[in-house]
Amino acid sequence: MNDTYDFHAGETHIEVHKFFPGVILVLTVASLVFQASAPVYFPKLEMLDVPLLVTIYFGLSRRNPSTGLFLGMVIGLAQDALSGPTVPLGFYGIAKTIIGYLASSIGARLDTEHPAARFALIFGFFVVHQATLVLIRRLLLAQPEAWFNAHLAIAGGVNALLGTLLFLAFDRLRR
Amino acid sequence: MVAIPSRHRSLALLGGVLLVQVLLLAVQIKRDSRGRLIRVWAITATSPFERAGAWAFGKVRGVWTHYFALGSTSRENEALRVENDALKLTISQLQTKAAEADRLAALLNFRQAHEQVPMVGARVIAASAGTASRTIEIDRGERDGIHRNMAVITPEGAVGKVIEAYRDESQVLLLTDKYGGAGAMLVSSRIQAPVSGTGDPIMLMNYVATEDDVKVGEKVVTSGMDKIFPRDIPVGTVVEVKAGNPFKLIRVQPAAKLAQLETVIVLLTQAPVEFKTDAPTTQAGAQASDDNAAGKSEKP
Repeated sequence: MNDTYDFHAGETHIEVHKFFPGVILVLTVASLVFQASAPVYFPKLEMLDVPLLVTIYFGLSRRNPSTGLFLGMVIGLAQDALSGPTVPLGFYGIAKTIIGYLASSIGARLDTEHPAARFALIFGFFVVHQATLVLIRRLLLAQPEAWFNAHLAIAGGVNALLGTLLFLAFDRLRR
Repeated sequence: MVAIPSRHRSLALLGGVLLVQVLLLAVQIKRDSRGRLIRVWAITATSPFERAGAWAFGKVRGVWTHYFALGSTSRENEALRVENDALKLTISQLQTKAAEADRLAALLNFRQAHEQVPMVGARVIAASAGTASRTIEIDRGERDGIHRNMAVITPEGAVGKVIEAYRDESQVLLLTDKYGGAGAMLVSSRIQAPVSGTGDPIMLMNYVATEDDVKVGEKVVTSGMDKIFPRDIPVGTVVEVKAGNPFKLIRVQPAAKLAQLETVIVLLTQAPVEFKTDAPTTQAGAQASDDNAAGKSEKP
């Protein structure tokens, strides 16, 4: 199998990236363990959403909406399961399914390799992810939840910055 | 059968997957089911890594601390006489070890002071995997005698309750979670009122009438009315009181450092634990307050 293959949509020329076997599984588990463990020792790291960054990265790289949304769903449901019984299964699952789909769809149409583009996309996806969570809380769970505040804006920027750097490291895992 | 155009296939798939998850949410809410099987799988799969991470972090922190201790000693060597070096290094290392042991010593002292109360110490191996909840995961489970709704404390005060117990791990709902809380009372006035979490680091004390006198700095302890926490375990300190109608808005700073938990104690019983609190607690006053507040509802 080729390491990468191209597809052409009009004038665009976009690469679909493949990864070494097991990379997606390892990074997914690692992100979930990090998300659950790191705040125990460094409470400020709670603002990071590493599973979201992994969902976005593989969505943008694989550029297949079907696999993107399934990966988002699996990561989201696992995050639900690790968040304790007060978070119903599907809470993060729905939000990350949407992000996986959007990232894959956008990745299939735009070149998302430039760090500035990645920063902007991650920030945008963070906002969409947060908005989805708020909608689920308000509409499906009938619970009050703030739409957006300064803390979330800072968290979006920090996640975007970390994601941009992490993506450069993840790029080295491509075949 | 109607074929779905390929460009709409992924959109249809998205709709289907979202629909399934919305139904999953609805089923959980309707039946009050919490998908225990999936949670057991997820925790079983990740807890070995979390345990390894906790162990590795402890080692790395030990090396890091010793590095700084040695670095500090090295700088001092330049100013002090050579024969003092070994002694200073030894003292520095002992201080480092003492600091590391403080946390465990506090737990041990607490355990020894309450030998009659069945309890088990546990290490925090993970926190909630998102900001939607305030939970921690501990490395003790059903095999250690832990069950749901057991109280979790530290020597500083109440932490939360066991919300799910697995074979070797348990999940603890912190007092600050939106669903967290405890039956509580003000130490000086013995007014009973439930304390509930908000998802933020500060908790709220509910249902205290406007005419009741509550002062900032007042200590709050458990009332024992929730049948989870024994009475008189420190819950926190009142940090803000605002007038309201018909109830005051009272914000309470937790006594335990809930953002920095590394080791906790799970009480395996509802038997009373006598904490040494700053303010006096009178049995008669407590009894009177119990009678007054017996009808008040408390958050589960």
